[in-house]
Amino acid sequence: MKDWRYWLAEQRGTLLAFGIFVVMFTIYLVNHPAIENNGFTVNTVANVVQTASNKAVLLAFVAMAQTLVVITAGIDLSVGMIFILTNCLASWIVVGSPWQTALGVVGVLAAGLACGAVNGLIVIYGRLQPIVTTIATGAIYFGIALALRPFPGGDVNGDLADMLTGKIFGVVPASLVTLFAVVLIVWVPFKRSTVGRAAYAVGSSEAAAYMSGVPIRRARFAAYTLAGLLAAMGGLFLTFFTYTGEAAYASGNTYTLFSIAAVVLGGVSLFGGTGSAVGAVFGALAFRTIGDLLFVFDFDPLWQPLFQGVVLMLAVSLGAFGLFRVRNRLDWFA
Amino acid sequence: MTDSTGTPAPRASILRRIDPAIATAFACIVLLLLLGSLYSSNFLSPEYLLQQLKVASFLGVIATGMMLVILLGQIDLSVPWVVTAGAMMSCAAASYGLTGEILAIPFGILCGVGLGLINGIGVAYLRIPSMIVTLATNAVAQGLMVVYSGGFSPRDSASDAMRWLATGFAIPSVPNSVIVWAVVGLAMVFLLTRTTFGRAVYGIGNRERAAYLSGVKTRRIVMIAFAISGGLAAFGGVLLAGYASKAAQSMGDAYLLPAIAAVVLGGTSILGGRGNYLGTVAGVILITLLQSILSVMQMPEFGRQIIYGVVIIAMLLLYGRERAAH
Repeated sequence: MKDWRYWLAEQRGTLLAFGIFVVMFTIYLVNHPAIENNGFTVNTVANVVQTASNKAVLLAFVAMAQTLVVITAGIDLSVGMIFILTNCLASWIVVGSPWQTALGVVGVLAAGLACGAVNGLIVIYGRLQPIVTTIATGAIYFGIALALRPFPGGDVNGDLADMLTGKIFGVVPASLVTLFAVVLIVWVPFKRSTVGRAAYAVGSSEAAAYMSGVPIRRARFAAYTLAGLLAAMGGLFLTFFTYTGEAAYASGNTYTLFSIAAVVLGGVSLFGGTGSAVGAVFGALAFRTIGDLLFVFDFDPLWQPLFQGVVLMLAVSLGAFGLFRVRNRLDWFA
Repeated sequence: MTDSTGTPAPRASILRRIDPAIATAFACIVLLLLLGSLYSSNFLSPEYLLQQLKVASFLGVIATGMMLVILLGQIDLSVPWVVTAGAMMSCAAASYGLTGEILAIPFGILCGVGLGLINGIGVAYLRIPSMIVTLATNAVAQGLMVVYSGGFSPRDSASDAMRWLATGFAIPSVPNSVIVWAVVGLAMVFLLTRTTFGRAVYGIGNRERAAYLSGVKTRRIVMIAFAISGGLAAFGGVLLAGYASKAAQSMGDAYLLPAIAAVVLGGTSILGGRGNYLGTVAGVILITLLQSILSVMQMPEFGRQIIYGVVIIAMLLLYGRERAAH
């Protein structure tokens, strides 16, 4: 096989997610009321894209976080709660002078790292199952969030918030640029490092990875910890977006659920070992767009949860097509 | 109570055969009661204990279904909205005159069985990881309930039969819900230890391939187990609706974590194949007592969540660890 065909086979999931996103977003743009009224001017399109991207970037960060853990064949059901916790924390400390704000941002990201590290330590050294562990730590993180913000409130540095949720040169949404930068700074180096390779190896076959002398523990620890960091980025952006901190239980659960949906749509296998965070980002953007299509077509918003649930159900059922390729029935139970 | 091998053993070895997890859970229950009695002498009164059993019975019914699924090595995360769906649908049925009143309880349970079947088909036949398909079912059930109720708590109220089942006293001073839990529990013990279905559940939990090669219809059994779990979760919702005399949005949210925690704290392996119903009973009582004591101490919600998570992880670290892989 030629090089490009290898590349194509490897990136199939990501490209599919990208394709779904492009189609959905085109339908969304064409039917958006603001664009139908004002026509395709640069300004209107930029505004619509800005609003859509601000919303979708939140899910994209959380989905990237989920991807890192899923690649190691784990799952992190606490990402939504880390997201909520860092949102509440940011509404306290990301305020004041530029220096204080910068320190606050560092503090929030450090808190996310710490949450992820706790998950990783318990899963690796405590040898507990990721599902139970992260459900329990999720309860702890939510408790802390509730302690920080018993009632919605707080504030955030307005200049920074406006800058990161606004537009660069009046066209490109700053949130998308930040997302792109995070992919470049966090994901690409991770994937190319030894630890990143090891994370994939652990997800494919832990026993084989161990036999090959791959640093298993370091890889899983890095995946959980970086997941905490990325979820904190999402929490930070939520604060920039809403200007408040709120310990909303339902919202945390929703983000956890949607992050899994985005990961699946983005072509990341839940059994570990394949997929990329870029795919999950497009999965998140596509999932958000699908959810918003209902608004564009003027449906009753009451139907939105059902619609998203059905889309989610269909997305996860897509994996079942792999069953047709199974030759030996015993492989069903792998 | 016999252990999972089901063979009667001589009396002398009973002490050795007690599962350390179950013993720890019961020890923690005694410890909690003693701690509570230091705080207030009411903790050891029969009224208080019966009241706790009554509260525990709702969780007990839900955890029974969860245990069956966990024994298979799967998990059911659709509990929150299946509970709510059971509660809402039974209340909805109860508003349709006399026939509705009679059919309210079976209808609510049937809705749960239906949702459980979706889970079961997804897991058993489509081979989707249970964690994912049950989350999706949860989302679909939520969507259906939001559309049905218009986003508000519905105004239908529970039927008299539901209220009687949840709050009445058929035997003096023993709440009906405790009897319901006992019946459900005994049925589950019978199912797990005395039927081929139960044997197959343990077999699949240990190694599905081996069970399949031994001629067990593994897919059908997994599907049925999920349907039972859904039905029991909805039944828990029906009881809760009877207790509160109406259904409410997201009333099931508070039952997912406790149900899993109760099963796992009771020594059932989250990987499947090992576990004893007595442990689940201990886990349910333990969780309920913990909640009760935290609320008696007027611990604010955030503290409860934190203590809850810490206790679960601490207890799992004590005895729920996997063997070292290498």
